[in-house]
Amino acid sequence: MKTLVWVEHDNQSVKDATLSTFTAAAKLGEVHLLVAGKGVSGVAEAAAQIAGVGKVHVADDAAYAHFLAENVAPLIVQLMGDHDAVLFPATTTGKNVAPRVAAALDVMQISDILSVEGADTFTRPIYAGNAIATVQTSDKKLVLTVRGTAFDKAAATGGSGTVEAVAVAGDTGLSTFVGAEIAASERPELTSAKVIVSGGRALGSQEQFHALIDPLADKLGAAVGASRAAVDAGYAPNDYQVGQTGKIVAPQVYVAVGISGAIQHLAGMKDSKTIVAINKDEDAPIFQVADIGLVGDLFTVVPELTEKL
Amino acid sequence: MKVLVPVKRVLDYNVKPRVKADGTGVDLANVKMSMNPFDEIAIEEAVRLKEKGAATEIVVVTIGVAKAETDVLLTARAMGADRGILIQTDETVEPLAVAKLLAKVAEEEQPGLIILGKQAIDDDSNQTGQMLAALLGWAQGTFASKVEIAGDRVHVTREIDGGLETVDLKLPAIVTTDLRLNEPRYATLPNIMKAKTKPVAKKTVAEYGVDITPRLTTLKVVEPAKRQAGIKVGSVDELVEKLKGMGVA
Repeated sequence: MKTLVWVEHDNQSVKDATLSTFTAAAKLGEVHLLVAGKGVSGVAEAAAQIAGVGKVHVADDAAYAHFLAENVAPLIVQLMGDHDAVLFPATTTGKNVAPRVAAALDVMQISDILSVEGADTFTRPIYAGNAIATVQTSDKKLVLTVRGTAFDKAAATGGSGTVEAVAVAGDTGLSTFVGAEIAASERPELTSAKVIVSGGRALGSQEQFHALIDPLADKLGAAVGASRAAVDAGYAPNDYQVGQTGKIVAPQVYVAVGISGAIQHLAGMKDSKTIVAINKDEDAPIFQVADIGLVGDLFTVVPELTEKL
Repeated sequence: MKVLVPVKRVLDYNVKPRVKADGTGVDLANVKMSMNPFDEIAIEEAVRLKEKGAATEIVVVTIGVAKAETDVLLTARAMGADRGILIQTDETVEPLAVAKLLAKVAEEEQPGLIILGKQAIDDDSNQTGQMLAALLGWAQGTFASKVEIAGDRVHVTREIDGGLETVDLKLPAIVTTDLRLNEPRYATLPNIMKAKTKPVAKKTVAEYGVDITPRLTTLKVVEPAKRQAGIKVGSVDELVEKLKGMGVA
């Protein structure tokens, strides 16, 4: 099977999400990559280094600079004449573009796959991860999005793909990019961090969130996450949200501070290797999934922990 | 401008799903069903557009069992939708087939905007809005946290992985809602009573001539692997020791 993988990038560098998607694609057959964007020769060169890659298709045009689904989907549909499957990381870009491609190809997409069970059979989570479904498709072409935390990352170097420019499909004129506010952060990226410190509603305010969570995260070299309650209350920005509707993470260590552990939050972090919970309510549901729990007031426990680390 | 809002009846978000012992699916017998939370946000946004004078009529559509009429169409009308369409079927309808049915409804109704939830909390697919946009050849503003109509364009602020992004879309367009778009209002008792007088058109899948044969077969549904029971530590010192033991501190 000839597969095409969407390379997740920011027009500068290849994002880690690409590497786990690559691993999933390699289970199906030969892997080709698509780098679409503006000024992406550097990204294409980096992509060609991924171990085991075949061809790297490059579409360099202003129409693709912001990965607008209206412009990118026709490009992929065109490449699908020559490929049997297309895989996207289940990032906001992948989730935005993939179904548009699937409908144009008249196939059902399989979202957020956790494993490849065969050439047409995959597992995926449903009901906020409370059930795992094994699904088999009868479609001739596959459109898949891949849960990054479920697959190991392919080696970013050692490959020697051939870079090839593809015909540019152009701008559909349906949509234009106006602007973006990207949260600046010195910390590791949430979805690829080895350690995550997450705060919940119990932090009480934005000031306390930063005063308590940030130093602990810095001590552990961790990314900072948050529950929906903390985000809704304005303690942390939206892109910190871990859960069914936010980011899905599976770090080595997940430290949940002042998070009760609602189904929707657990959906985003219960595949973490080790879960540490700090909560003053010993009946909080988070303790049912935590490997290490500490019952105590976070306002005294967290500063003490930060100091002793 | 007419706004079309597709809604779905799903297992209530507060209910913990139970996987059936025979591995055929999740047990939906005798459990509370409600409107998908993202769809409530979609209705709310449509009602706000109407209150601002940007929308003239709100049509709500659902595809599913007869009970969807009372479970979700009534709520939607009580929140402010003007009329409903129930496309009744007892079959499982996949996002691609839902999108095809909705495309037919859109051809009939000619809305200026279609607002959907970003995903349904049962199948967690996150596909229908994007598929519908593809089938209609319209622009899509997915994961919206802000929607502003400006003449024949709509500005949509989207929640993306690194932060926020704003796009400008040509109308008619598709918007899918993220959690932070708005806070849905409650359907009050007087409004629920009044909603019963608002019309619902009952349709069948056959009337639209859409083939809804599933493309995917669910071979089995299992519970996720259970986590081993953890331990509780009595002090910060013990926790520090554990963290150091794992090599993270």
